[in-house]
Amino acid sequence: MGATMTIDANGMNYTELNTRLRAAVAQGIDEVVVNNVLGQRFIADGLKGNIRITLNGVPGGDLGMFMSGPTCIVHGNCEHAPGNTMDGGSIIIHGSAGDAVAHSMRGGKVFVREDIGYRGGIHMKEYQEKRPILVVGGTARAFLGEYMAGGLIIVLGKNDGEPVSERGIGSGIHGGEIYIRGNVQERYLGTGAAIQPYSAEHRDRIAPIVQEFSKALGMDPQPFLDAEFTRICPMSSRPFAGKYTWE
Amino acid sequence: MSIGAIPSRYRIRIDRDQCMLCERCIESCPYGVFRKNGETIHVDSRKCTACHRCIAMCPRDAISLLEHPIDYRSHPIWTREVRESIYNQARTGKIILAGMGNAQPLPAIFDRLLLDACQVTNPSIDPLREPMELRTYIGKKPSRLEIRRTPEGDLDLVTELAPNLEAETPILIAHMSYGAISLNAQKSLAMAATEVKTFMGTGEGGLHPSLYPYQDRMIVQVASGRFGVDINYLERGAAIEIKIGQGAKPGIGGHLPGEKVDADVSATRMIPVGSDAISPAPHHDIYSIEDLKQLVRGLKEATEWKKPVFVKIAAVHNVAAIAAGIARSSADAVVVDGFRGGTGAAPRVFRDQVGLPIEAAIAAVDQKLRDQGIRNEVSLIASGGIRESADVAKAIALGADAIYIGTASLVAMGCRVCGNCYRGLCPWGIATQREDLTARLDPREGSVLVSNLIHAWTLELSELMGAAGINSIESLRGNRDRLRGYMLDEGILKVLDVKPVGA
Repeated sequence: MGATMTIDANGMNYTELNTRLRAAVAQGIDEVVVNNVLGQRFIADGLKGNIRITLNGVPGGDLGMFMSGPTCIVHGNCEHAPGNTMDGGSIIIHGSAGDAVAHSMRGGKVFVREDIGYRGGIHMKEYQEKRPILVVGGTARAFLGEYMAGGLIIVLGKNDGEPVSERGIGSGIHGGEIYIRGNVQERYLGTGAAIQPYSAEHRDRIAPIVQEFSKALGMDPQPFLDAEFTRICPMSSRPFAGKYTWE
Repeated sequence: MSIGAIPSRYRIRIDRDQCMLCERCIESCPYGVFRKNGETIHVDSRKCTACHRCIAMCPRDAISLLEHPIDYRSHPIWTREVRESIYNQARTGKIILAGMGNAQPLPAIFDRLLLDACQVTNPSIDPLREPMELRTYIGKKPSRLEIRRTPEGDLDLVTELAPNLEAETPILIAHMSYGAISLNAQKSLAMAATEVKTFMGTGEGGLHPSLYPYQDRMIVQVASGRFGVDINYLERGAAIEIKIGQGAKPGIGGHLPGEKVDADVSATRMIPVGSDAISPAPHHDIYSIEDLKQLVRGLKEATEWKKPVFVKIAAVHNVAAIAAGIARSSADAVVVDGFRGGTGAAPRVFRDQVGLPIEAAIAAVDQKLRDQGIRNEVSLIASGGIRESADVAKAIALGADAIYIGTASLVAMGCRVCGNCYRGLCPWGIATQREDLTARLDPREGSVLVSNLIHAWTLELSELMGAAGINSIESLRGNRDRLRGYMLDEGILKVLDVKPVGA
């Protein structure tokens, strides 16, 4: 085994690219390198298996949508919603990504070395052993973890300045946890989100994930491991329980 | 200060001469209307929902029910409903939650449309003797066919056809999720859909493993909460439906309350037990018609372009323009859900006040798609308030390819439209997850009731078509000349593109 394959995606339509990726999985190929990726949407959409896909270039939206198992390594930036409704596997982005990163993700990991756009980790959810993880090396924009129903978001803020300095963090959150390096101003929290104490127990919980992230992206984990984090949790798993009366 | 009790909505009476104290009423009622008190059955009418379970189970017909036993001073504007809503909200300060479809006494347009029949000049068709074509294909139709003649003289179809669903009747079963309804109710519907060779929707509640045997007859739904959605779920369905909106509550999402999320519901939705399942109002990845196209294509790409993708929207003011946008999104069918569509729970103000009648919406959408020359790009499915076979015929004549029934299929299994679905105590075992209640609905018996209903409506539809001299469902579709409007105003007749009676 250990078979690899190279695909030149120059001018290639996403359906053809995905057909080739599926064929590679079917052939038992372990590693695929795709060169000249330029805006193809839906790469690895619904793909199963344990294949490792290296994408050189800039994938289009919905990278790894519904994906269940594979690892995608992107040498470049990503468009919107990588990891959309992803089920399992990993997406490792050596760059930044657009809005709605890890939208409704239910399992697996999305690691972004630099920054993400608005509504990162929106409506991530967990069930039993499936706990999705989103780690962002740089900053995240407004409405991070909106409607979050489970899983884990970590924003490391590797550069100077506040990692998240916009409103709506955890707006409507009813499950899961958000860890943001440093202090987060209360006024940036969304409805239903609350800052909870960050203790050694939580440090231990995120440490292996931070180490994995740093290793995958070739960074030194120590500054992150030494740093203080703000832990943001839901106020309730039943945010709408008190809203209604019966007819 | 207290405003005291508001009048009881129903009054239950037991005919003491008939009652034999068998206590079946006590067993039947999960709301606690009845209890044994010495040698009599004591009644608390205030708890009654008019579900009729006690009446249906009483062996002596000893129970009678009266609605509104206490009159208010009658008033045309300050109706009972208006006054009682004010009392409720003055007491609680909350949004009023209601079940089932629109309860406003607005006239149904269907009831003011009359069907045509043949006399003398063109013969009617007897469906007993003549073949009637009710088979319905749902999906894209090619605008032209390219055919090549082979050297041997055979003809080959060159045009690549898009995947279509093939149903033996234009009557499909609407999306009602596991969670909103019980697994036994879903099984009944799935077995019925398989029996009559039609399709049913899963709703946004995932697909329970016990429904896998019927998956070829199931349309799997992808809604804003993405509950139960993974690649296996998408691959199992015969088609995929993106739910944008629902006729009973256009513009808002859905909340399955945590108390309905038991271990099994949690497993199919893939969320923790007891957690609220919140489907937000918009999809987080759809903020424009271009984004919708991206989700449609994302779903097709995930399933290798083998399955039709439907998009369901609530009938709202600009429904025709919205549907025209959807028709250009690569979607294979547009489902339009009218304002009479049912629901397990919706804010009363939405259920009763938001949206459009399905009759007007279907006519407007069909017209718009034809005007733009893209009617073949999508099938059109009418949903929300289809109550009988005549409604099916009228919806198709107004331009629908097929229809969804939701409430009607539940009524077939005993539902009395009491509208208390959101309380999770459905005495018919339909809108509940309580084990002793769901056990009341046997999936085999339930499936016979539902398949009988669809079979009977399909027979009536073929009779109606035969009487009008029409022998295939395609010839009824959009055939508005076979409808006449009775007591409809000129504006509505124009929207429907239907002539008045006598014209």
